[in-house]
Amino acid sequence: MSLGRGEELFADIDLRREKLHNRAFHAILVAASLFGLVMLVLLILDVLWESYQGLTVFQIDLVQFLTQPSSSRAERAGFGASILASIWLMVLTAILAFFLAVGCALYLVEYAPRNRMTRLIEANLANLAGVPSIVYGLLVLALIVNDAGLGSVILAGAIALALLIVPIIIVASIEAIRAVPSGVRDGSYAMGATKWQTIRRVVLPQAMPGILTGTILALARAIGETAPLIMVGTMLHATRYPDGPFASFSAMPTQIYNWTYQADRMFNGLAALGIVVLLIFLVVLYVIAGYLRKQYEAEGTLTNV
Amino acid sequence: MSSNMTDTPDETLIETGFEVEADRTHEQTDTEAILQSENLSVNYGDEQALDDVTIEIPENRVTAIIGPSGCGKSTFLRSINRMNDRIRSCAVDGELYFHGKNVYDDDVDPVALRRKIGQVFQAPNPFPKSIYDNVAYGLRIQGRDDEVDLDEAVERALRGAALWDEVSHQLDSSGLDLSGGQQQRLCIARAIATDPEVLLMDEPTSALDPVAASKIEDLIDELVEKYTVVIVTHNMQQAARISDKTAVFLTGGELVEYDDTATVFENPADSRVEDYITGKFG
Repeated sequence: MSLGRGEELFADIDLRREKLHNRAFHAILVAASLFGLVMLVLLILDVLWESYQGLTVFQIDLVQFLTQPSSSRAERAGFGASILASIWLMVLTAILAFFLAVGCALYLVEYAPRNRMTRLIEANLANLAGVPSIVYGLLVLALIVNDAGLGSVILAGAIALALLIVPIIIVASIEAIRAVPSGVRDGSYAMGATKWQTIRRVVLPQAMPGILTGTILALARAIGETAPLIMVGTMLHATRYPDGPFASFSAMPTQIYNWTYQADRMFNGLAALGIVVLLIFLVVLYVIAGYLRKQYEAEGTLTNV
Repeated sequence: MSSNMTDTPDETLIETGFEVEADRTHEQTDTEAILQSENLSVNYGDEQALDDVTIEIPENRVTAIIGPSGCGKSTFLRSINRMNDRIRSCAVDGELYFHGKNVYDDDVDPVALRRKIGQVFQAPNPFPKSIYDNVAYGLRIQGRDDEVDLDEAVERALRGAALWDEVSHQLDSSGLDLSGGQQQRLCIARAIATDPEVLLMDEPTSALDPVAASKIEDLIDELVEKYTVVIVTHNMQQAARISDKTAVFLTGGELVEYDDTATVFENPADSRVEDYITGKFG
């Protein structure tokens, strides 16, 4: 019965190997988690470095870059016409996609009978969201640009982008609409409200922050899409400002793409600066979406809509 | 409401232990039936929720519906304003008359029916709108906001629900910012703002603390001067305190006893009812 036994009590158990495994595995998991972050930082650093080069070596004038249309001569090329084209695209895409998607989501949640057809539609939304974006570009090229004779204009590009993000907005909207408690629906019906009155005055206002968040995140995806726009057809250089939905155009991502394979090295600097502008647009959209979501979570709803 | 109690020496504590308010039950002369069900049965799929219920509910009286969980109390209430229509598997058989008109006739639109029969739910469910907009909701959807003075109607409804003094300075704040008891009174204000004839209440105090609950009970006492109140409750003391008539449902959706509240609690005809209200089961 000696107290001294404590020292060798666990001496027969050797944990060094197990501990080593533990630590190694832990390190691998941390590294895997950091990988995405590291790549993002590398990407941003690379773009910033290229931009810096463009500004110093090639003496790109920022004001000229932001306000002038592009040109086949690098020293006269600017990004302004592409920025405006992207804004046009975003507005048109948002209008086209929003009403289509919210209408579809409302139908599926509030009106559709629970039958095989409804289930088929809902199951296919996920499939649609997974279709490669270039396919939507091809569809619009065949149906709208050529068959309907619309030509390679902003509206055609917006239709392609809208098709691309409609399924995303539908899924987000369905979630937001389903999240409206059945209690307030019952409250509205019990007041003698019709279905449309209930949807219009109770369900939609409460679901709207969620729907808007989904829409903005989807728009953030659309604004960076290049492939469908290339299919629809864009200008090699956006040499003039678009004056409406029926103008030919080159949006931010397609102009950046076109610049990168030009012989003149100065176009590389222009492309890098273009990416910075595009990223700023994305960040702004994410901030708006994040703000809306936060608002949503804090209050559970928007008041006084 | 309790001021008369001292004036009525014959007020008794009955053997079931429930105090039935003498001032209410004594003055009672039966009024005309405003609601009347005949052989009303309700099924959810294969499950029977209401079994052949025949009952007459008098106008401007409080009728309490009591019984154990799952006995069809709420189902009965929901079949009055056809809220059961919203449940897909629900099938209604039999007749339910409102002023002598079967509400399940083909020419009755449940939307119109619900504009005459308001409902207050178990859990307070104010809309995510301002207090003002909550109360004005019914008048607005009925397109009556042009005919009436909306401000005045909102104030009257809030006063009617004994909430005006507490919220008159914050009509623009969200209805969700109120306490549970205030929210429930807001829901009552919302329901009475359109002046329905009947007010259905589905356990309106079960989610509230005793103080808030007693405010609602006092309110029901006042509401019955203008409206017919049908209240489902789990709380037998509450039924005894506030109702003129009491209907007892037992498991299987069967109406086993329906009479003046005093009679049901003091001298129930059915031994199962006596067992239930004395707490032997339920």
